[in-house]
Amino acid sequence: MQTLTQKLANPTRFMQLSGTMLPWIAGAAAVIIAYGLYLVFAVSPPDYQQGETVKIMYIHVPSAWLAMMAYGLVAVSSFGLLVFRHPLADVSAKAAVPIGAAFTFLALFTGSLWGKPMWGTYWVWDARLTSVLILFFLYLGLMALRSSMDDESTAAKLTAVLALVGVAILPIIKFSVDWWNTLHQPSTGFTSTVDPSLRVPLLIMALGFTLLFFAMHLKAMRNEILRRRVKAMRVADIAHRDGMSALSNPVAG
Amino acid sequence: MSIFDLGPHATFIWLSYIAVVIVITGLISWLIFDGQRQRAALKDLEDRGVRRRSSVSSDTGQNQ
Repeated sequence: MQTLTQKLANPTRFMQLSGTMLPWIAGAAAVIIAYGLYLVFAVSPPDYQQGETVKIMYIHVPSAWLAMMAYGLVAVSSFGLLVFRHPLADVSAKAAVPIGAAFTFLALFTGSLWGKPMWGTYWVWDARLTSVLILFFLYLGLMALRSSMDDESTAAKLTAVLALVGVAILPIIKFSVDWWNTLHQPSTGFTSTVDPSLRVPLLIMALGFTLLFFAMHLKAMRNEILRRRVKAMRVADIAHRDGMSALSNPVAG
Repeated sequence: MSIFDLGPHATFIWLSYIAVVIVITGLISWLIFDGQRQRAALKDLEDRGVRRRSSVSSDTGQNQ
């Protein structure tokens, strides 16, 4: 019996399955985010210390969570390419990088806007902020490395190696607030100290953002599969035309 | 309380949400545009008679 990953190893089957799933995931993400925004702006109270500024938390925390989750997905996909040579592993890794970079940028930007009224500064070089900035540069590096090479197979392998080396940044980000004295607050966790009136909207926004990420990742993977088909067909077309011209002009051929 | 009454730091809150809307809308638009571009390129090649290797082999009864 085939596992799910074996079944999805066929790009045509993946296109059929993802085409069915994508509208449902995207629709669920839209509904859940809309409900989350209703809770954020109409139901959840201001924080007793931060006041209404706590509303930034509802987009900052999901963005930061996705910044790390997306990199985890890139690392797992890269491992799948290098070790198992799964046909869709590189497609998945390549598709996740720009989306992860966008959410990392959002985590940094919204965190900076949250920091100014709460800490009195947009930026400090503390361990949490700096390690997330390094994650953002890692994403940019992965995109730059891939686009610097014409040979897709070599680019995929080298990008996968860099992604696996860079995965060390994830525990550093996670535990930076415990290992070093940072201005950024320690992790509160989704289930512990946050009051339910603030925690429930946060969890709903996190779920909506996560579904949105998977919808965008699926769409990006579908686009990448189509791009590779187009490229393969163009190469076949050129080879066919070269063959035809060689037949009609054997001396030149 | 009105959603427009967000206290003395309303600018920071709105700027954060506007940034998220711009970035996510941009990502979604890019994904849709890119998908349309690839489908158009694929259709153009198919209209010119260029075929994928897999469809050629299935037509001729060859196994991949």
